[in-house]
Amino acid sequence: MGLPVAIIGSGNIGTDLMYKIERSPSLDLVALIGIDPASDGLARARDRGYEAPANGIEWVQENPDAVRMVFDATSAYVHVRHAKVLEELGIRAIDLTPAARGPKVIAAVNLEEHLDAPNVNMVTCGGQATTPMVAAVSRVTRVPYAEMVSAVSSKSAGPGTRQNIDEFTRTTRKALEEIGGAEIGKAIIVLNPAEPPILMRNTVFCGLPEGADHDAVVASVEQMVADVAKYVPGYRLKNAPLIEEGPFHTPGGVVPHRVVVLLEVEGAGDYLPTYAGNLDIMTAAAVRVGEAIAAHQEVPA
Amino acid sequence: MTAVADDATSVRETKRDFRLIDSTLRDGSHAISHQYTVEQVVPIVRGLDAAGVQVIEVTHGDGLAGSSFNYGFSAVDEMQLIEAAVAATTHAQIAVLLVPGIGTLDELRRARDLGVSVVRVAVHCTEADITEQHISIAKELGMEAIGFLMMSHMNTPKGLLEQARLMQGFGADTVYIADSAGAMTTNDVRARVAELVGGLDVPLGVHAHQNLSLAVANSIAAYEEGARNLDGTSAGLGAGAGNCPTEILAAVCEKNGIASGVDPLALMDLAEEVTRPMMPRQQVVDRAGLLLGYAGVYGSFLLHAQRAAERYGVSQAEILLELGERKVVGGQEDMIIDVAVELARKHAATEVRS
Repeated sequence: MGLPVAIIGSGNIGTDLMYKIERSPSLDLVALIGIDPASDGLARARDRGYEAPANGIEWVQENPDAVRMVFDATSAYVHVRHAKVLEELGIRAIDLTPAARGPKVIAAVNLEEHLDAPNVNMVTCGGQATTPMVAAVSRVTRVPYAEMVSAVSSKSAGPGTRQNIDEFTRTTRKALEEIGGAEIGKAIIVLNPAEPPILMRNTVFCGLPEGADHDAVVASVEQMVADVAKYVPGYRLKNAPLIEEGPFHTPGGVVPHRVVVLLEVEGAGDYLPTYAGNLDIMTAAAVRVGEAIAAHQEVPA
Repeated sequence: MTAVADDATSVRETKRDFRLIDSTLRDGSHAISHQYTVEQVVPIVRGLDAAGVQVIEVTHGDGLAGSSFNYGFSAVDEMQLIEAAVAATTHAQIAVLLVPGIGTLDELRRARDLGVSVVRVAVHCTEADITEQHISIAKELGMEAIGFLMMSHMNTPKGLLEQARLMQGFGADTVYIADSAGAMTTNDVRARVAELVGGLDVPLGVHAHQNLSLAVANSIAAYEEGARNLDGTSAGLGAGAGNCPTEILAAVCEKNGIASGVDPLALMDLAEEVTRPMMPRQQVVDRAGLLLGYAGVYGSFLLHAQRAAERYGVSQAEILLELGERKVVGGQEDMIIDVAVELARKHAATEVRS
């Protein structure tokens, strides 16, 4: 028996999560909860035999013992209210919105640090994709400055991202610094409308100070890519990590070299099309975090 | 700023058929790899201001907070350059460019506090809906907000109108279409301007590039179709093959009987005596510049592609054409490295086989 869980939000992310949780040995999906009874996500949930109520968080309040964990795929604004309700009910919250009520978790980097937190935040798609690369570099050398550039297909950027793109850049930058270990971070996002839609692309640049061991940097990055690919199978290096010669006048000081990591994320194609690697990496990472918390809870106190 | 009606002011107030926005200190920043200093900014602002230019844009080439690995680090913090420009101008307003996804409202507020009164919110020509937050907050801050649709050759006249209407709805005071790749023919410009002027309540502007040697002609055509804002840069300094040269635009306007409100002779002096001496390379339409316009590739990729070509031993032209194939948009400078590395690998594999 796995841990009983529910998903709130029956849009693209919530529905994709349903398929991923279905495959998890340690999580048992009970309900996909929406607010629109006519939504495609709820119809699919009903077809697959799950509860598919359309009364939002109220369903959880009415059935407080039905689930021990809730994945919130609504919006930042709505999650603020949900976070309070769930905490009062003693139900774990995995927040896929940018609300960031709880500590930020990047599955491959700081998963173990927040297994007891009542609410954890999944940062942003770009944050999940690039923070591990910065962490990979910062575990072998000082990183005075790190920068990520994320390009996603226009089709996969939903209204939440579009209405508050500043939130993406700020939250991702903070993740590069606080979790990635960069002294100064910067995040850039670009939407590309090309047809057929482009796969999610991420480029990570890290300034390398004098004396950094370049071979160790490359090996560490390659190892970390393999670690992320364990829970996001479509996560891969597009080219080998590049060490480029400067000097580069970064905001963290002048550095003689930089490492450039060119990444591509192909989605699993569960509900969202394979080009939407940006959405897939969020749902895959959230399931990974949910599984780790479930395993942690199983340990007898 | 001053209420004293000196001679220059009265000239300025005589007649203006359109508003000229100069982007030497923003788009021009690409051409000098974002190495502007305060000592260069001040005389350019003074020269433009004295010649009667009404709006002077000062920012990193990729807009506020553009200083980065991806686009090139600024030699001097753009806020210092903005501050110097505000201090050096007497009549002209100072503007900034903001590309959502690169810069944020944090930088816009700082620029406003330094005395900037106009912001151009720039997005790819199909993504206007990401500008809502920035345009509406610029208005709340008491600024003029201009929506700026980049790479406009990649959208149809009707498609552009839809996007421009979104910006108008968010509160934009003016909407611009930018030919960021210098890829539009004069007919392309006429069709787009006519459609937008007919369908918008707010004024339209056009930002032209020189890749097909049409920047001035396209600007004049845009005026004839009803555009009432035109962009230029001193000596054409700008991304790719360069921009519409402000001094040439002013001269052609005068000969066509269009009142630009700026003094062509003063602008010629500025271009010759101030701008050209500081340019690392003259702004010409060489093969790479022409290729950008021909293939419809974002102009500021030019120098980045040149550096990547040298670093990885591949041809700059080949990189630019492949970027066009991949339908890369403005802001994706990181793909230049990706393309260069893959071309180098492909060539190496071919050599091994042969």
